[in-house]
Amino acid sequence: MHEEAIFAGFGGQGIMLMGQLLTYAGMMEGANVSWMPSYGPEMRGGTANCQVVISSKGVSSPLVTEPLSLVALNKPSLHKFAPWVAREGLIVYNSSLIEAPPERRDVRILGVPCNEVANELGDLRTANMVALGAYLAITKVVSFETVLDAMKMVLPERRHNLIPLNRQALSRGMEIASLWHSQDPGREIS
Amino acid sequence: MGEKVLMKGNEAIAEAAILAGCRYFFGYPITPQNEIPEYMSRRMPEVGGVFLQAESEVAGSNMVYGAACAGARVMTTSSSPGISLMQEAISYMAGAELPCVLVNIVRGGPGLGGIQGSQADYFQATKGGGHGDYKLIVLAPASVQELMDLTITAFDLADVYRNPVMILGDAILGQMMEPVIPGKREDLDLPPKTWATTGAKNRPKNVITSLILDPAKLEQHNLNLKEKYEKIARNEVRYRTYMAEDSETLIVAYGTCARIAQAAIDMARERGLRVGLFRPITLWPFPYDALRQTAEDSLRVLTVEMSLGQMVEDVRLAILGTKPVHFYGRTGGMTPTPREILNEIERIVEEGI
Amino acid sequence: MRKVFGRPEAMADVPMHYCPGCTHGIIHRLIAEVIDELGVREKTVGISPVGCAVLAYDYFNCDFVEASHGRAPAVATGIKRTLPDSVVFCYQGDGDLASIGMAEIVHAATRGEKITVIFVNNAVYGMTGGQMAPTTLPGQRTTTSPRGRDVEGAGHPIRVAELLSTLSGVAYISRVSVTGPTNVIKAKRAVRRAFETQIEGKGFSLVEFLSTCPINWGMSPLEAMKWVDEKMSLYYPLGDYTQVQEVAGNA
Repeated sequence: MHEEAIFAGFGGQGIMLMGQLLTYAGMMEGANVSWMPSYGPEMRGGTANCQVVISSKGVSSPLVTEPLSLVALNKPSLHKFAPWVAREGLIVYNSSLIEAPPERRDVRILGVPCNEVANELGDLRTANMVALGAYLAITKVVSFETVLDAMKMVLPERRHNLIPLNRQALSRGMEIASLWHSQDPGREIS
Repeated sequence: MGEKVLMKGNEAIAEAAILAGCRYFFGYPITPQNEIPEYMSRRMPEVGGVFLQAESEVAGSNMVYGAACAGARVMTTSSSPGISLMQEAISYMAGAELPCVLVNIVRGGPGLGGIQGSQADYFQATKGGGHGDYKLIVLAPASVQELMDLTITAFDLADVYRNPVMILGDAILGQMMEPVIPGKREDLDLPPKTWATTGAKNRPKNVITSLILDPAKLEQHNLNLKEKYEKIARNEVRYRTYMAEDSETLIVAYGTCARIAQAAIDMARERGLRVGLFRPITLWPFPYDALRQTAEDSLRVLTVEMSLGQMVEDVRLAILGTKPVHFYGRTGGMTPTPREILNEIERIVEEGI
Repeated sequence: MRKVFGRPEAMADVPMHYCPGCTHGIIHRLIAEVIDELGVREKTVGISPVGCAVLAYDYFNCDFVEASHGRAPAVATGIKRTLPDSVVFCYQGDGDLASIGMAEIVHAATRGEKITVIFVNNAVYGMTGGQMAPTTLPGQRTTTSPRGRDVEGAGHPIRVAELLSTLSGVAYISRVSVTGPTNVIKAKRAVRRAFETQIEGKGFSLVEFLSTCPINWGMSPLEAMKWVDEKMSLYYPLGDYTQVQEVAGNA
């Protein structure tokens, strides 16, 4: 197993958390992992991204320059990173904030209305978990249960009351993606 | 062996220092290493230690000088522009033979430069950024685990040799998270610090100074230092290799660049190219002999750095003109990609140079 | 027979290199006497500056560290934070403290570091051969102000005791001179109070000495003493400058 992913969006959308959950979960399942964030002035209100490598081999470069997967929660980050995605890779994008799907014919593309789904669940802040759920359903890099376990590690104790809601958001994201999968396997998705 | 924990590189350095028995930290904030003073400000009071935010790197490094005089295990951390400000204290500490650990989480330069990772401080770290004939022991970790382990080692080396030791990281290593098994301080028989200025109780006074006005005596002091440096060079050289045994093209890279080069080597091997890696861990003392021996059967050497070519000069000194030494680098906070390195490998292999 | 005068134990039995008429020797002795009287020699660490007193570590019989130019308060901070029960004093000249080391002295003072600073102000750079100091008086001739210090171009002299006395971390500051027996007695009292302030853990303490440099001033030792009394003391009035600042409130 070898996964290289980029998670990207606005600062405040919980981008770092998505990557950290995946990284933690990968470590808990015994894989080699690395997580590399963007940082500095660009973090203060601008776009944020993190790069995750999860591999049953050792992690050589922690920098992801040809991601197998991209999860983009806003337009600027989709524009920036969509061209980086490896052929036959995966793009999950937030169709609530991005009207037009990325113009790549050589990758799998899934639009998920993350904000709408999160609003339905009653908390816009769970949009990132909806996207992560969709990503997990397709890539199966780590299991749903491990991500929930990782949540206990990553979130501070005082935030553990949010875990049930995040669990719901993850599940909804997974449902959306698996629905699509069963209806239309192997082709471009959007 | 403890449980694996996911840690940021900067935090691993800070925790490693605590594990190594460092109880004194003086520093000044600068990106991209702020997680270290922040961690220390939280952690030091928990372990009965001292965290002090100095008014500048100049003052912070001189507080380190003071604490080292008092016999403490002490550390400061910074990034490139801040390390430049510390060169005075570093030279004084090398001259006065004071043990301490310095960390440079290198960012792009020169001047204020940028805040992305770089390896452009190699010369400053290994060739004496301050004045005078002196050497720092310079360690170059390439993973968060190594940041942890080598930081602990750094404190021991500093005490054994009474010499400042520098951890030369970069912004990528400092910011990234990887699983870490917390290290442990080794049970070493370290020399007692009988020279420390702790108060002249039941002994003659101790004086710590780097001032020696008589040139003959100052020369002798330098010769003594040289002898110490030669001993370090004999005993402490560290390096790793990756698929180097049968390599026609031997890549030399350290730190983050070595990680990226390793990815390029995997790609090259898939294409049937015999490429390997030599990774110096001690940048000073540089593994000249080991590199020469490792490269013996290679046709060529390719040095890859996040600079315009600094370590490559030591690589050339090791290879001594017996085969071509090529260079590929990105600078200013840019990092070479595995594909760029692969392209460079393919180019020099095709051209047979 | 009763011994009425002798070398303090905290002084080393070596000849000093200071010039005739320079008051470094007297100031050294006052510090050594105070260290003896307080019985703290075995836990005292001194820090010598860059300047004429760079070799002070040869003249005291206690542990000593030589700091780089201006950094003595930072070095003292490192020592004192490591050894909180020690007695730490910096010995600094005017170039060291008030020029290159201004940041370090201000921040050590405002942090309330429990150290004692002996600040020797002779209005000139002695060791480098008589250049202008941050405390050189207006109109005073030096090798880098050959027409006399013109405050229009060279700026004004710094009154260190007054400046530092505005900081909350400061527990005791005094300005003294050693131009005659009365002043010497007052000066020793100030040094003692400064060390006591440190030992009692009250905060930062500093004694500013108006000192002489007959060689670089181009005067005889007697003329130099007179110049301190008649000129320097006007710009730099003697006395205590400690103003205990009450903390206004926390964030």
